[in-house]
Amino acid sequence: MSESEHSPDAAVTLAPARAVPRIRAVPWFAVALALLALVLPFLEGVPLIGWLASPFQRIQLTYGLVFGIAALAFNLLLGYTGLLSFGHAVFFGSAAYATGLLVKYLHVSSMEGFLLAGCVSSLVLAAGFGAVCVRYTRIFFSILTLALSQVVWALALKFFWITNGTDGLRIPTPTLLLGLVGVPDDKVRFLSFTYYYYVLAVFFICMVALGMIAASPFGKALQAIRDNEIRAQFVGIEVWRYRWSAFVVSGAFTGVAGTLFAPLNGLTTPDILHWTFSGKIVFMTVLGGFKSFSGPILGGVAYNYLETYVIKTTEYWQMLLGIILVALVLVMPQGIIGALGWIIHRRSGRR
Amino acid sequence: MSLLLAQGLRKSFGETRAVNGVDFRVEPEELISLVGSNGAGKTTLVNLLSGLLRPDAGQIAFDGADITALSVGARIRAGIARSFQLVNLFDQLNVLDNVRLAIFSRDGVTRQPLRLAERDTRARNEAMEILGEFGLESKWDTPAAGLAQGERKLLDVAVAYALRPKLILLDEPTSGVGTREKGVIMEAIASVVRERFLAAVIVEHDMDVVFTYSDRIVMMHQGAVLAEGTPDQIRADERVSAVLLGKG
Amino acid sequence: MDIFLAQLLNALLYAAVLFLIAGGLSLIFGVMRIVNLAHGSLYALGAYVMAWGLGRLAGESGSEPVYLIALLPVAAVAVGATGAVVEPILLRPLYARAEEYQLLLTFGLLLILEDAMRYIWGPTPLTASPLWAAFGTLHLMGATYPRYNVVVILLGVLTAVLLWAFVFKTRFGVMLRATSQNRRMAAALGINVGGVYVQAFALGCLMAGLAGAVIVPIQGAVLGMGVDALVLAFVVVVIGGLGSLDGALVGALIVGVVRTVAIQYFPELELAVLYLIAAVVLITRPAGLLGRA
Ligand SMILES: Nc1ncnc2c1ncn2[C@@H]1O[C@H](COP(=O)(O)OP(=O)(O)OP(=O)(O)O)[C@@H](O)[C@H]1O
Ligand SMILES: [Mg+2]
Repeated sequence: MSESEHSPDAAVTLAPARAVPRIRAVPWFAVALALLALVLPFLEGVPLIGWLASPFQRIQLTYGLVFGIAALAFNLLLGYTGLLSFGHAVFFGSAAYATGLLVKYLHVSSMEGFLLAGCVSSLVLAAGFGAVCVRYTRIFFSILTLALSQVVWALALKFFWITNGTDGLRIPTPTLLLGLVGVPDDKVRFLSFTYYYYVLAVFFICMVALGMIAASPFGKALQAIRDNEIRAQFVGIEVWRYRWSAFVVSGAFTGVAGTLFAPLNGLTTPDILHWTFSGKIVFMTVLGGFKSFSGPILGGVAYNYLETYVIKTTEYWQMLLGIILVALVLVMPQGIIGALGWIIHRRSGRR
Repeated sequence: MSLLLAQGLRKSFGETRAVNGVDFRVEPEELISLVGSNGAGKTTLVNLLSGLLRPDAGQIAFDGADITALSVGARIRAGIARSFQLVNLFDQLNVLDNVRLAIFSRDGVTRQPLRLAERDTRARNEAMEILGEFGLESKWDTPAAGLAQGERKLLDVAVAYALRPKLILLDEPTSGVGTREKGVIMEAIASVVRERFLAAVIVEHDMDVVFTYSDRIVMMHQGAVLAEGTPDQIRADERVSAVLLGKG
Repeated sequence: MDIFLAQLLNALLYAAVLFLIAGGLSLIFGVMRIVNLAHGSLYALGAYVMAWGLGRLAGESGSEPVYLIALLPVAAVAVGATGAVVEPILLRPLYARAEEYQLLLTFGLLLILEDAMRYIWGPTPLTASPLWAAFGTLHLMGATYPRYNVVVILLGVLTAVLLWAFVFKTRFGVMLRATSQNRRMAAALGINVGGVYVQAFALGCLMAGLAGAVIVPIQGAVLGMGVDALVLAFVVVVIGGLGSLDGALVGALIVGVVRTVAIQYFPELELAVLYLIAAVVLITRPAGLLGRA
């Protein structure tokens, strides 16, 4: 499994640790999950786990991975830099809208074209918003990101002749790999197989890239700023500049997620620009556990299942989300990953 | 030529004249103790020298260049590092990372997002060496928040020291720790300062410590320099003993 | 001329309601350093309680303006009581933790409240426009203007005055200000900080509830009104200064006027303009026009 060997945790083991030995291998269950994801489409006939491999389930997982990218990127700000953005929907949404506009006006159908446009648009937005927002911290940062993102939402809503207002923009199925994979006949098969692998690959690239960033000296500097802004300044770190860089990186990767979301959903509506969607990105991250690198991935996937299945059973799923969030904050602030860690720890402790 | 030369420094907070016309110089490799009663303006002076505060009036020159208008970061690059009276650490990072971060920042590698911090054995080794000099190597994996007060004080100094400054400003490096630990901390500081030929300004209340370690003592009172000189001169100075006794 | 007067009154009406909402938000932040994301939903709760109460009364004996006046405090107190329950149970455990958690918790509360209202009162809006009409109109310098709207404006002014007197002239006001300036010092002086917190939070919620209640005859109780109001309240407090009551007043007036003008001349950009103003204020004066740093 070459992907996971390139993940930052693996590199830790490879590093010659002379002064103090430090052993931290990629956990076996991460490798197992990655392998499972890789062979999933071929397991449809297998008893017990076959249901998990159905096209419907694979599409759900694709959604989950997309949200996972967004939450990972978001957590570079929340978990690593200590900034709680309530405006990340704007990077997700603007990338999706860039895709939609590319289709509407330029009739582009290449996924790579979408990714480029999505990335650039969220990058530019993040660079601009970041320049304004990173001078503030804490509550003020949160409110400012919220206010600025709402400007974009309001524009998308009101300039309906461009954005189709609340109806949104339609996104047809794209061609992949610069046209190598053409427009398919069977949309479900495309989404649950070809696109599934495409998203999986992009997901891995994003995860490794963000993991590298988090474990780099740059990432350490961000954590230092999170812990103690004054001291960070007094080891020579230009706080604003690093915050800005983190903001831009975070925004751009969130844009990747938004772009991947567009063809999957087939439609972009102003909802994904609204601040309550920002709140959902926050929710995913906290649900998975923002104190760890990989928590947000679990959070993104879990959130999607939650939404899919709870919406089916009750129309009051927002309430359930709210109750879960309140409960998380009060009794499980480390999220799913914290709870898993606790269980594993207790297990091994008893032995 | 003096390493640092400050002239006519003034800083007020509203009505409080915290630093009120101070001239201050530091020679290369000199260990200076800055003493004075509570509220004398010692921390404010350190804040002015390190760039945390801008003076209302006065100039600061360092290594022959005017640094009055320079930012904190630029002063660090010029060679001034500091510690804090109330410990300032990266609490969630472990002890090793606290020091390593200073090394990364000093070497300019914090701007590189695409290399792994753990792969940098040189930085790790240097950080472990510094921790060794401060007797913290066994705690390398503890989060800074989990250290005892004395260890936190030491780490605060170690982080400043890791920047390899020419001048290190230490604001009460031994406050809030017991007498025995105080000796340990001061020994560690004095030995790295002497071995590396650093200049140091140490704010300190304990006069025994001050007389033992200082090359020169500067006494502040109500925002101004009241007296300065060698330990012997200060010991003999009546104004100093008046202030010290008055303080109790 | 008469158009202008009507527009001015509209701006004031809007400002009065916004002041009630944003004033509560700012009061809570000023004392407790908490930004309550559920504040808009509490405003909506006030509206629903009011609309529901009016509906019950009207069902029995027609719509009388006097019911309205009688029900206003009931709805407001109901919301205030909700606040008095929420603070000790949900918020108090979080004071020792990073403030992000408080934001998250109140966001969770927002989600819960929004759906709870949908569950209780259903998706169709509740209205009480007959009442609004029953108040009749007023002839002012050649302009006709709904009398109830004037009542709301006066109510806003009255609340502002009462609040000012409360904060600056009463013993509780002194404790409130002391706590907001330095929590630890206040505790050391023997002030029951926990008690102040509950009361400040409840008072802030009560103001939101009152705002919701007074708006019912004009625009009814609708799902989503809380979330919209929250964002507008943010704009107000950001402009005026988070934590400052005078700031909330000034911010509400500015937003009221800008919005009225915007609706008249460039309706597509109404919201964007408001957010932009907020952003510009934050950039140029981070503490807001009247906030303390
Ligand atoms: N940020 C500030 N705002 C207002 N007043 C200040 C500030 N910093 C210091 N002061 C005041 O300036 C004066 C000098 O304070 P400073 O902290 O420099 O004293 P110090 O000599 O370090 O005292 P200590 O031994 O207690 O640390 C004091 O009266 C203090 O109250
Ligand atoms: Mg001091």
